[in-house]
Amino acid sequence: MSTPTTGHRSRRHLVALLATVAIAAGACGGGASPSAGPVTLHALFMKQAAYSDADVKAMTDAFTAANPNITVVPEYVGYDALHDKIVTDQVGGSGLYDIVLMDAIWPAEFVKAGIVTDITDKIPADFKSGVFDSAWTAAAYQGKYYGVPWINDTKFFFFNKKMLADAGITAPPTTWDAVVTAAKAIKAKGIVQYPLVGSWKQAEAIICDWTQLAGVMGGASFVDDKGNATFNTGGGLAALKFMKQLLDDGLMNPASLGFSEDDVNSTVAAGQAAMALNWTYGYAVMNDAKQSKVAGQVDVVGSPGEGRVATSGVNGGMSLAITKNSKHPAEALKYALWLASQKSQEMDTTLAFPMWKASFDSADITKANPAFFAAAKVQFAGLVARPVVPYYTKLSNALQVAIQTALQGKATPEQALNDVAAKLPDLQK
Amino acid sequence: MSGLARARLARARASPWPETWVAAAFIAPAALVILLVVVIPLGRAAWMSVFDISLVRPGNEPFVGLRNYIEQLTSGDFWAATARALFFTVVSTALELGFGLALALLMSQPLRFQWFLRAIIILPWALPTIVNALMWRWIDNAEYGALNALLTQLGLLHEYKVWLSNSDIAMWMVIVADVWKMTPLVAILLFAALQSVDRELIEVARVDGASGLQAFRRIVLPLIMPVVLIVLVLRTMEAFKVFDIIWIMTGGGPANATQTVAIYAYQTAYQGYDFGRGAALGYIIALVIMVLAAVYLRLLGRTGR
Repeated sequence: MSTPTTGHRSRRHLVALLATVAIAAGACGGGASPSAGPVTLHALFMKQAAYSDADVKAMTDAFTAANPNITVVPEYVGYDALHDKIVTDQVGGSGLYDIVLMDAIWPAEFVKAGIVTDITDKIPADFKSGVFDSAWTAAAYQGKYYGVPWINDTKFFFFNKKMLADAGITAPPTTWDAVVTAAKAIKAKGIVQYPLVGSWKQAEAIICDWTQLAGVMGGASFVDDKGNATFNTGGGLAALKFMKQLLDDGLMNPASLGFSEDDVNSTVAAGQAAMALNWTYGYAVMNDAKQSKVAGQVDVVGSPGEGRVATSGVNGGMSLAITKNSKHPAEALKYALWLASQKSQEMDTTLAFPMWKASFDSADITKANPAFFAAAKVQFAGLVARPVVPYYTKLSNALQVAIQTALQGKATPEQALNDVAAKLPDLQK
Repeated sequence: MSGLARARLARARASPWPETWVAAAFIAPAALVILLVVVIPLGRAAWMSVFDISLVRPGNEPFVGLRNYIEQLTSGDFWAATARALFFTVVSTALELGFGLALALLMSQPLRFQWFLRAIIILPWALPTIVNALMWRWIDNAEYGALNALLTQLGLLHEYKVWLSNSDIAMWMVIVADVWKMTPLVAILLFAALQSVDRELIEVARVDGASGLQAFRRIVLPLIMPVVLIVLVLRTMEAFKVFDIIWIMTGGGPANATQTVAIYAYQTAYQGYDFGRGAALGYIIALVIMVLAAVYLRLLGRTGR
């Protein structure tokens, strides 16, 4: 993987190249917008993980250069505010945004609320075949597509190779049993007090880690086809018991219960944790010498497996959805397809992986960090989804509290999850 | 006819508009603003509270009567959040009153750098709540917070403690942050009240053999009691509907340990998009605050008499 400096330089070159190609295409008539008059699009993005503001600006500049009659006004909010801003703007507000960034867990709710447009018939064939299936899953509801996949992400396993080596561990763990063994060795040698750190605050972050663990510990199943709870048995229950055990054994930092993904990065970067799950962008942050004491020491592999399941990853995909309030849906779709194109996605791979399968077979793209690309390719092939149901936000909020209650020792994992199962009919209203 | 009445009559004859019309014209702009930003939203919220309104289910908003109120008043989550809000209110208000009174008495003493003391005491209150909350979130951070560093260096802690991520401690840490910010306001109000106490009364009592504590209990405290009650009314109402400082420090977690009733209402309305239930909750909270205020005002009336 390129360093931030070379990453930025190559990004600038690619922007210039894309802009040149776009202008040339526009001059030949191929890139001209079908709209007669000038059009202004309002787009809502996330200011957190994955593509940065600079990345979006670079992609957008290239688009507007090719489509001079279209002006794009991007806005950025933190992930925790994104969902609420979309709903209040589209249902209760002015309906300003033409394009919104939609998380994998929102399509059902947004479709029911009449926020997003069905674009199933408008997706070019090469997008359907070229993009990972998991990325499409993140944009789908009941067999139809409501967004153009843009971010294909999951949680990877980051580790401080020096700390592992100091504890006598020569290869990164590939199972959660091996993670526990490594953590105990690191703790026994006094390398760090808490070898593991997680983003387990009362937010969606804790659901992501729990789902990812459940994926290899019996299956990440939340509700069955009839709407009955399944999260309180099998993988869900086993994963929660495992999380509790990590805390009880003093292997997981107890402050994790208040930590977001950024706090995980900070803790690893401060040299106070040896291993952690986090999204793709963690690699760049943890190895950035400007903000990390352990830059160069942090490596990454696919998330560990357990038993017969080699790996699992929570589907953290996000797509660009066209709103029903948009007065320019054709132009909005054109912009979304531009941002999601293979060329745009390959501009900067330091913060987010491309979602195009072909990118992973291109030596030019993967040469920055072949091992990370290889791990990602395996993990992207089998991501586990959180339930795509209209009441997901309510269910997730209830599960966040239940999981934290169990982790705090205020209820057993069985009690905590069964309590949510009992409330499920009310949450489904 | 008195001179004043004659002058008023002369003015009324000179003006083509009756006096009440002129008064109404002056009041109208303010009344219009209050109508737009207070009365209409209150009426709209009351209307919403008897319907099943969900933002994510537009077009399907049946009338449900008092169901939203009944559901909340029979909900364990609501009462748990109310109990947390009451705990926060009682503890933080009591601490603020105690520390505020101590600071007010200190500020009343003839000290050399009194102006400097008064300036630094007011400082925490001058900070915006969001800055105060973020500051305390940093101080309480388990890994790099100043609190752990200080207590460890003083030998009071052997290892770093988790403050905001522990459901048994988190509420106390939020109370500490609130007390640090709001005590100066209480101190300033009580200091102003102390300035109005006639010092001769205290001196006479001391000459008659009363101790300092007796003079304070029997003379000073009864004289400043009306202000103490006003402070209690203000702080109780503010503390019961606390939202911002908790939302920024803990978001209501861990495991809902700091979820007060205002946070519960916010989560119901703006995260669950259940505007009907959210509006009902808003009215229930307002009712509780009105009852608390009525109790205090009754006490205040008795003290005044």
